[in-house]
Amino acid sequence: MDTAQDIENDKIIPFPSPVMIQEDKTIDNKTHLKLRIIKDRLFKYIVIVFSLLSFLPLLLILFHITKNGISVINWSFLTELPKPIGEIGGGIYNSIIGSLMLILLSSIISIPLGISAGIYLAEANKGRLSNIINLCIVVLQGTPSIVIGIITYLWVVAPLGGFSALSGGIALSIMMLPVIIKSTEETLKLIPYHLKEASLALGVPYYKTILKVILPTGISGIMTGILLSVARITGETAPLLFTAFGNQFLNYNIFKPIDSLPYRIFYYAMSPYPEWHGFAWGASFILVVIVLAFNLIARGVSAKWKVQF
Amino acid sequence: MVMKSEKDTSEKRFKNIILVSGLSVIILLIAIFLTLLIASIPAIKTFGLGFFISKHWDPSLEKFGALPFLYGTLITSFLALIISIPFSIAISIFLGEYFKDGLLSTFLRSSTEVLAGIPSVIYGLWGLFLLMPITRYIQTLLGTTPYGVGIFTASLILSIMIIPFSASIGREVVSLIPADLKEAAYSLGATRFEVIKNVIIPYARSGIIAGILLAFGRAIGETMAVTMLIGNSNFLPKSIFSPANTMASVIANEFAESTGIAASSLVYIGLVLFLVTTLVNIAGTYVIKKISLEASKEVT
Repeated sequence: MDTAQDIENDKIIPFPSPVMIQEDKTIDNKTHLKLRIIKDRLFKYIVIVFSLLSFLPLLLILFHITKNGISVINWSFLTELPKPIGEIGGGIYNSIIGSLMLILLSSIISIPLGISAGIYLAEANKGRLSNIINLCIVVLQGTPSIVIGIITYLWVVAPLGGFSALSGGIALSIMMLPVIIKSTEETLKLIPYHLKEASLALGVPYYKTILKVILPTGISGIMTGILLSVARITGETAPLLFTAFGNQFLNYNIFKPIDSLPYRIFYYAMSPYPEWHGFAWGASFILVVIVLAFNLIARGVSAKWKVQF
Repeated sequence: MVMKSEKDTSEKRFKNIILVSGLSVIILLIAIFLTLLIASIPAIKTFGLGFFISKHWDPSLEKFGALPFLYGTLITSFLALIISIPFSIAISIFLGEYFKDGLLSTFLRSSTEVLAGIPSVIYGLWGLFLLMPITRYIQTLLGTTPYGVGIFTASLILSIMIIPFSASIGREVVSLIPADLKEAAYSLGATRFEVIKNVIIPYARSGIIAGILLAFGRAIGETMAVTMLIGNSNFLPKSIFSPANTMASVIANEFAESTGIAASSLVYIGLVLFLVTTLVNIAGTYVIKKISLEASKEVT
């Protein structure tokens, strides 16, 4: 009991603790080992349970979208314009067309710029400038989409004097840009140097080497990046709130407000009418299918067109 | 000679084009910052830094203070982080250590990718019809006013949305840990739990924190789902169940209809949002870059 008293008094446990030494070793080791194994098992189960639990929301979201969405979707839902509340029927044709137009507009702006900036980053010497550009890309990628909405409003909507499809396309292209630049850069950096050397050795000028040898070799990676960025912007709503706005009617004019699937979902979801809630689910189902399809195609492209070295 | 000069000019043109596109990213970012700054000057002049202490947001009186939104953003983001941390760490360990490959791992990994790909407005819709009744039920049990929407619901949906981000970064960091470190611990008789607790977690700590930081940056800027679920009240929230507004959601709600000083105040909020997410993102990326550099050094 002396030692116990000492410990009580000193409050310092020397290592190895005298208590541990005094006690029966065999029993202590066995129970200790058992305890450790139990702890190990318990931890593993906790990890598995938590991991699978975080899988639950996805399951629920997909389940609800499918359950509530499928029942709304039919041919007229896809090909008709929205009708005022109270009338039966109507669809989201204008939103689908609007979303496609926005994707097209933003792709036209961001793909050439993104690819050539990506070429610059891949080809330029590792210097201060490319570090700064990389930093800017990180910041741009993390910029909240609502801030990009404000910016495009100030840059395009205010000078033009009204909401327009064009401004929506510009807002979305700012969101696409970092993804395309990054994927282009990373793809081109992976291409072996001897390809470029072989082309240059044949007397092909540098710019033709890049455009005709390096870019086609990396096309799968670049395409994957483009598709992923399109998947990302297809569901964006926040930058469209004060740019493309929304439009009850079909519109092909890029200087007029245009509808989009995510905006329509938002509009219908916040409305007090149950029919419109149903429409929101239907539109969500279509949006999720489009986004997932882009993701799947992106994977297929990167797997199928990959050039092996 | 003509041929050569022609070639030279196209060469030069090509180099100029790619240089200009590279520079355009920098110009774009500077332009974003300057535009936000210039557009918020009226608000900065009128309210100064007191903007963030004042709790009155009243467009009719032209009195603007951003404290309720600052508060709303911080509370929803922190709550979301706290809810999401156990899950994202569990997934990181699950995918980085227990099940590095195999069917279950591929399944979970692709499902987190799908989760990250679902548009935020759909999270909002789902939250509106599934989480809102749940919160309402909890509120009736607690005896408070059953709004259904509010900080709690918004934090729940945010936490679901940010789990994939911190989890995917955490997984990468955990799988980067050198095998010899783990093997050394195993050879001393450590159980897997002890290896995780004493080797993996300390080693991966900064990476996991960086992942959480980046998720935080995302949570701050998240707009649509939060706008749909937070209840849009411009007053200082009283409890975690009361309706509120975040910086992003107040912009989403009011910017399209505001003019003059009100619009300028909203841009001011946007400027702060932009600066905060920029800082958070740079810090998070810096930490991750440092870790992957260290890891690549140790391999060679």
